[in-house]
Amino acid sequence: MSTQFISGNDAFAAGILLAKPAVISAYPITPQTVVVERLSEYVADGLLPDAQFIHVESEHSALSCAMGASAAGVRTFTATSSQGLLYMAECLPYAAGGRFPIVMMNANRALALPWNIYGDQSDSLSQLSCGWIQAYAENAQESLDLALMAFRIAEDTRVSVPFMVNLDGFHLTHTYEPVEVPEQALADKFLPEFVTDNKLDFAKPVNMAFSAGPGHNKRFRIGHHNAMLRAFDVIAETERDFAEIFGRSYSGALDAYRTDDADYVLVTLGSVSGLARTVADELRDEGVRAGVLRVRYVRPFPGKEIAAILAGKRVAVLEKDLAAGRGGALFTEVASVSPNASLSVIGGLGGEDISAGAIRGIFETLRREPETEVLYL
Amino acid sequence: MNTRELSKNEYFFGHKACAGCGGSLAVRIALKVLGDRAVAVLPAGCMSAVGFNFPQLAFANNAIISTFAGTASMMTGILAGLNARGEKDFTVVSFAGDGGTADIGIQALSGAIDRNDDILYICYDNEAYMNTGIQKSSLTPYGARTTTTPPGTVSRGNEFRKKDMLEIVRAQGIPYAATASIGYLQDYMNKVEKASKIHGTKYIHVLAPCPTGWGYATDDTVDIAKAAVDCGVWPLREFENGVYSETPARGGDKAEYLRRQTRFSHLTDEEVGAITGGSL
Amino acid sequence: MIKPTLHSGEFTYPEGTYFQAGYLTQKNAGWRTARPVLDTNACVGCLQCYLHCPDGTILETDDKKVTFDLDFCKGCGICAKVCPKNAIAMTPERGLSQ
Repeated sequence: MSTQFISGNDAFAAGILLAKPAVISAYPITPQTVVVERLSEYVADGLLPDAQFIHVESEHSALSCAMGASAAGVRTFTATSSQGLLYMAECLPYAAGGRFPIVMMNANRALALPWNIYGDQSDSLSQLSCGWIQAYAENAQESLDLALMAFRIAEDTRVSVPFMVNLDGFHLTHTYEPVEVPEQALADKFLPEFVTDNKLDFAKPVNMAFSAGPGHNKRFRIGHHNAMLRAFDVIAETERDFAEIFGRSYSGALDAYRTDDADYVLVTLGSVSGLARTVADELRDEGVRAGVLRVRYVRPFPGKEIAAILAGKRVAVLEKDLAAGRGGALFTEVASVSPNASLSVIGGLGGEDISAGAIRGIFETLRREPETEVLYL
Repeated sequence: MNTRELSKNEYFFGHKACAGCGGSLAVRIALKVLGDRAVAVLPAGCMSAVGFNFPQLAFANNAIISTFAGTASMMTGILAGLNARGEKDFTVVSFAGDGGTADIGIQALSGAIDRNDDILYICYDNEAYMNTGIQKSSLTPYGARTTTTPPGTVSRGNEFRKKDMLEIVRAQGIPYAATASIGYLQDYMNKVEKASKIHGTKYIHVLAPCPTGWGYATDDTVDIAKAAVDCGVWPLREFENGVYSETPARGGDKAEYLRRQTRFSHLTDEEVGAITGGSL
Repeated sequence: MIKPTLHSGEFTYPEGTYFQAGYLTQKNAGWRTARPVLDTNACVGCLQCYLHCPDGTILETDDKKVTFDLDFCKGCGICAKVCPKNAIAMTPERGLSQ
């Protein structure tokens, strides 16, 4: 193990290096580029001797190529962001319905128009229904760790669903932090070889990615949904093994901080969560019982657990997106399971910083203006 | 490889293509040439629509549907994956229609040629989006009636020329490219066999008439495909390692070729004359 | 011989969109309005019909003639047209059943 001072993108690439994918196909887009540059360097330097890096001509081709590789039964990685995620949007439910356990990093970035290269979560939150597992990293260390865990969870035959790991653009992808990079031997111990029946096989030929008409269609769709729900157990198992091997613990689909006795809870997503916890601590010192609930996995959605944690609290949901004509996508999700989610906070659009003062303001609004429904930071 | 040497195996069988479908013949014959080690990639289009209706699965070999735009990129991924698995002696082959190739799939095809990926891309050209109901593609010939180029009071059918895909792939320096016709199956078989032994990207563009979309009797498919070659509308061309060759037209009347198909029936004799005379 | 084959009865749904290659549950015979009938005396066994059948429904027999798989023949008539000896006649299905 070594501690390195690296960015979120670097950390994620280090995790992918440890996972040893056989095929990497990617198309560059800011702020994802560092990941694919690092992986190219690893391949160029012989650090990934068995991997093929394929320079595709678009994001649609990146995922299409990844699906082909996964259909050949090998571990596959791609990465994208924003416009790129939407350019490959057709391939997202395709890869999910095809049950190809591809891992993809998405650098969260605003969607055009207006053009904006900075970080918000409009891209991935617009794709909640595409059938992928969606996790959101908070820091560089978690980015590396999720890169490893994502393969294990996605490739588990109880799941067999592609996995999108989201890193807040720039705030996380380009921020340098100390990161513990594990030894290869430990990664090998943690991550088994990818074995699947869902593959082209000369000994046992298959027809794949077929049509299923009325009557048959629902079997596949419901099966996919059930596999997503089974992922909760697989995530828990994976994190147990991860803690045992690497000594770092994660808490499943949710990361609850001082919520047990809290009166006010702020629900968060991604890199802003650390600051939210700091503000909660300050408020606690001032006698305000504040807590933070970070959603780590939006798909599968841990609705029951969220409802239980938020019972009896006054709740605000902070997110970096705004679905025109509806509001915050995460708020909509949380409010669907908890009537206590009363305040939707839209912040960080187009990469705007969210300050400690702004987060304090959210808690204050919750306390003093319980009638407020939406707050734009 | 002649008819007797061709594999007796049927790799594309029990499919739901229309009676007399030229595209299905192109798929069937190519797979018989390529054998068990072919991995077929088919984008949205007639051949995937008729071949993959679970639980009616008409390919005896490994086969997969790609996205409409992603045929060649999925082929690249399969190639990379099978190579990573250590597989040897296989052919990743596609059967993409004219729209899937010349319109929506051309970006991915261009990318694969650029990387010189070791794949055999076969475009079966029935000259319109037949699967969705005969809409114009960029390979629909000039003057043809389609459901989106209907002759009307101010229109005489398709007013655009057929894109020359062979020239396009040739311009990228592809190791092997050829046109073929299901009217000349021996030539097609030879080209598929030759292409399968060349390393790098191979492109075969096979004319595959469609009785439903072109408007002729179902038993006429092979004959029409022959006539297209004979009269010079669809020359058999080959481009191999920088050397170009073309089978000269065997004679035959272009006007008669057009007149055999109801998709050209709205054209006047003068218009047919202008088309066949090449002045349009 | 490798070829997609008919199956009847129950099957187990796969977990995803992948399944045994060449698994058929339906015939195509119902599409046909005319069927090919061979004049075995005229047939010289050149196999042009077999080669050009879009459905792969023509098989060579032991005596170097051909036979038709009427479970899957759609009756397009290409075989009759490509036959150099005019040994195949397309016969209306209605006539056959009467």
